[in-house]
Amino acid sequence: MTIADFTFYLFAAVMVIAGLLTVTARNPVHSVLWLILAFLSGAGLFVLVGAEFVAMLLIIVYVGAVAVLFLFVVMMLDIDFAELKAEMAKYMPLAGLIGVVLLMQLALAFGPWTFADGIEGRLANPTPALDQAHNTQALGLILYDRYFLAFQVSGLILLVAMIGAIVLTLRHRADVKRQDIVAQMMRDPKKALELKDVKPGQGL
Amino acid sequence: MSDLLTSYAPILIFLAIAIGLGIVLILAAVVLAVQNPDPEKLSAYECGFNAFDDARMKFDVRFYLVSILFIIFDLEIAFLFPWAVAFPTLSDVAFWSMMVFLGVLTVGFAYEWKKGALEWE
Repeated sequence: MTIADFTFYLFAAVMVIAGLLTVTARNPVHSVLWLILAFLSGAGLFVLVGAEFVAMLLIIVYVGAVAVLFLFVVMMLDIDFAELKAEMAKYMPLAGLIGVVLLMQLALAFGPWTFADGIEGRLANPTPALDQAHNTQALGLILYDRYFLAFQVSGLILLVAMIGAIVLTLRHRADVKRQDIVAQMMRDPKKALELKDVKPGQGL
Repeated sequence: MSDLLTSYAPILIFLAIAIGLGIVLILAAVVLAVQNPDPEKLSAYECGFNAFDDARMKFDVRFYLVSILFIIFDLEIAFLFPWAVAFPTLSDVAFWSMMVFLGVLTVGFAYEWKKGALEWE
């Protein structure tokens, strides 16, 4: 067994175990931490198949951003662990039913799965081989013109996500004093301040 | 083994050392430290009086807004990387498609700036 094989089995085993613990951990915060471990081992697996760029993306985007988002969601919810455990038994039948339905859908999808004609030819040529151009460059060569529509649609989806997040969560409180930088800079000392020549013994 | 994987060998070694060191430190704490727990030591400490309530409290939703806006620009940068690496050989279509993509996201940026989503009151 080469080192690459050994690392593959190591990362794969860690990923499966971390995935299981994500589901079974009692504390949602611990679940998120196990999920981060699963993402990291996924990144290791991507490096092993030669998809460097996707691996780094997994670390930067998923571990760096999405996991933090999950942590915020978990912390924003008001979770009472004792209550959660008590209600677990109540929802178990429904959860089991949904699980069975999902399993049957997976079976339905994978049962009649066949490959289209000539798929080898199409799989073979999208990117140059690893020794000719490295991963990031190979992606850059096809992503922006061959997959133009998908790329632009992803931009629009990001725009929608941005606007949606602002519309849903942005609330300005009226009772807060804010700094108005333009008003500060445009302030004219001549209008704000008046010098008076006070004669001694007379006052104003 | 291919060149790509050998170039990642230092990272693998580093990872092994980091995990090993972490395990050694945790085990050393378990084995060597004096462990003598009692209820007062294990309870939350709040400067002289009993704790008022749970340390867990709800976060403000604005943290969520900040992090979701961060993710969106994170993804924008992620799309810029392959574009920048392949820049010398890019076609005109690829160049302008990235310009349109950046334009769309700049519209979003202007929107959130005008809305005051970047300000913390």
